[in-house]
Amino acid sequence: MLAIIDYKAGNLTSVKLACDALGQASVITADPAVMRRATRIIFPGVGAAGSAMRHLQELGLVSVLREVIARGTPFLGICVGTQILFDFSEEDGGTDCLGVLPGRVTRFRPSDPRDKVPHMGWNQVRLRQTHPLLAGIADASDFYFVHSYYPQPACATDVLGVTDFAGVTFAAMVGRKNVAAVQFHAEKSGPVGLQLLANFAAWDGTLNPEI
Amino acid sequence: MLTRRIIPCLDVINRRVTKGVKFQNNVDLGDPVEMAERYYHAGCDELVVYDITASAERRPIDIQMVREVARVVRIPFAVGGGLANLEDMSRALLAGAEKVSVNSLAVLTPGIISDGARAFGAQCIVLGMDPVANPDRERFPSGYEVTTRGFRERTGRDAVAWAQEAESRGVGEIVVNSVDADGTRRGFQLDITRLIADAVRVPVVASGGAGCPRHLREAFEDGHADAAIVAGMLHSGEYTIARIKQELAAAGVPVRRMHATAE
Repeated sequence: MLAIIDYKAGNLTSVKLACDALGQASVITADPAVMRRATRIIFPGVGAAGSAMRHLQELGLVSVLREVIARGTPFLGICVGTQILFDFSEEDGGTDCLGVLPGRVTRFRPSDPRDKVPHMGWNQVRLRQTHPLLAGIADASDFYFVHSYYPQPACATDVLGVTDFAGVTFAAMVGRKNVAAVQFHAEKSGPVGLQLLANFAAWDGTLNPEI
Repeated sequence: MLTRRIIPCLDVINRRVTKGVKFQNNVDLGDPVEMAERYYHAGCDELVVYDITASAERRPIDIQMVREVARVVRIPFAVGGGLANLEDMSRALLAGAEKVSVNSLAVLTPGIISDGARAFGAQCIVLGMDPVANPDRERFPSGYEVTTRGFRERTGRDAVAWAQEAESRGVGEIVVNSVDADGTRRGFQLDITRLIADAVRVPVVASGGAGCPRHLREAFEDGHADAAIVAGMLHSGEYTIARIKQELAAAGVPVRRMHATAE
């Protein structure tokens, strides 16, 4: 069973519908027992990092998240779910995050007024590494983004794909061991996003190229 | 590079997509769920579905239709019409819409924008606005007045001032409809689109008047729009999304391509 974590950080309908479209059984949950039993976990999120972290703490989910990640459960972060995997976000006057991945999250500060923030729409992800989640996905495929802050991983080896916007090249997809995380909305990114989710639904959480 | 979005618009009356000219002489075009699915597979970047008689009939938006659209498309879509309060917005979003669009309601009760942005996130809240040219520059410094109810009622508000107020209230995106161009397929009203796009820091969508790919290019290059709505030119079968994008790409406009998977 795939668990979609509901920590009151946004609407999970489209993630659930994408799983349904793949024939992947899923459950929307905030129950630590269900999370521990899950064979894989999607950690979505929209909105602000500060309230997302607060909700996680109030629901008592921080330690169980660390536990399932440490145990090797295949784990996929999406959007704000990705951002709060890092050490720190500038958002909401500075927010300490989960520290699963080293790095911080910064706001876009475009110098050209034609670059509107949020970064909203379809943009290309240039692949920097091979990864089981990228099987069958072409380099420079377009994915759907909606965000005002972007991850800056401290380790270049965590960067799986990058995107250009507002004068910066940012990490649009990151990964380390059983954790993969995307800044774009795979669940709203058409056939290519569905391909990534299908790859996740088949992933055992290792980086063995034989999969 | 961030691509310019092409957004087909489905105007729905009694569960059927219709198309009129300047909101009149509507003709039946098909089932909204089937059309949404077809345009999704054809490569549109987003969709808008308006339940255009919901408000006049004082009923909420057709939620079953929203649910069915959400089941067949894997791209963002906005819905509008019959959203009278936060509860209506919440139901539409939970049914699978990515964005909710308000127009007349926001003019009457601008607080709905701030409340919606706070409750669901700014990126969910779209303001549709219907500006018409008004030469009274003292009252309307931009030269455009906001109207409501399908351009039938004047509001006394300047179009650019209203866009800026909506932005300060946390709106995520602004759709600029133009009555003079709507349904004519003679091109967008570039003037007011550009005035608003240059006056706000949120994305602006050009709407009303698209008849050929050149009109879309004008909306992006001269109107400074981030996205453009298309209806008649697509519904009539005269153009496909692939052809529109092909012509835009050839003219140097960045568009999303449908290279779904690698070899």
